[in-house]
Amino acid sequence: MSYAVTGVILMAVVTYIIRVLPITVFKKQIESRYIRSFLYYVPYAVIASLTFPGIFYATGNVMTAVLGTAAAILLALFRQGLVVVAIGAILVVYISGLFL
Amino acid sequence: MLSWKQFRHGVIKGFPVCLGYIPVSFTFGIMAVQSGLPVWLAIFISISNLTSAGQFAGTKLLAAGAGFLEVGLTTLVINLRYMLMSLALSQRVDTKVSMGHRLLMGYGITDEIFAIAITETEEITPAYMYGLIITPVFGWTLGTALGALTNGILPASLSNAMGIALYAMFIAIIIPPAKQSMPVLATIVIAIVVTCILRYIPIFSFISSGFQVILATIVAAVIMAALVPITEDGTAERGQQA
Repeated sequence: MSYAVTGVILMAVVTYIIRVLPITVFKKQIESRYIRSFLYYVPYAVIASLTFPGIFYATGNVMTAVLGTAAAILLALFRQGLVVVAIGAILVVYISGLFL
Repeated sequence: MLSWKQFRHGVIKGFPVCLGYIPVSFTFGIMAVQSGLPVWLAIFISISNLTSAGQFAGTKLLAAGAGFLEVGLTTLVINLRYMLMSLALSQRVDTKVSMGHRLLMGYGITDEIFAIAITETEEITPAYMYGLIITPVFGWTLGTALGALTNGILPASLSNAMGIALYAMFIAIIIPPAKQSMPVLATIVIAIVVTCILRYIPIFSFISSGFQVILATIVAAVIMAALVPITEDGTAERGQQA
């Protein structure tokens, strides 16, 4: 058991160092306009890359996932909040899963 | 002093993430116990690691008796994307925020918490971050414990449907700004195209999912920073009317 516990602590320490390094090291505003522009686009790129195409494999059935994605995009286009978009997508996946 | 109001604001913003985390960590709890780990260790993994793909992969390696070097490197590769997120967040935190607060705020940088925090229009304060971290951590831990203890009584049809929740939230976060700003939309399209290329073209199959995100992000942000640099007020100027 000490093997597994040691391994878990190792995973935790590695992950923590990755997360904490930049936010503790970069205490000042970065002056370079290019780097600031780069960082401006990072969140949108990260979130898009995390979402697509992974979302199509999130439900165990590509068809229901595609329908759920369409529902989420539609609701988001109408500026619904996170909870409404998430619940709408879940409902569409669940209901379409009963038929597909 | 920490502001109670900001903390509460964070808790409210973290609540959807908390709910979205429960089915995912539920699956993790089941997997950990089925690989032979005790319930307490499954819960400890969730609290101490607070990652999805990273802790799934690491736990599977530990269950298979892998060496520490492999476990450490796999964790590093899958989770390295948090460095980009932490860097982006560092620029939104007041320079006066102390080292102690930064050490605590860093603990909670997950894909979802980052996505919520970075889209706040106001400055990111420690009190807000603690609220935004504590609710998802609670959900992540609770889901793990339920999965580990019950060993899977959630009907598959329901847990499958709930699998889309976190992705749907990401869509809710990026669609409104993409609707308003052409450069943001372009960034999203480039990032998705690069991710798909890395994922579906066999010669790139050696690249892990965590690294796919890093490469796609860097390519998209490098291109867009060169084409449409931000203005003084910190937004992309051209294409606002789109």
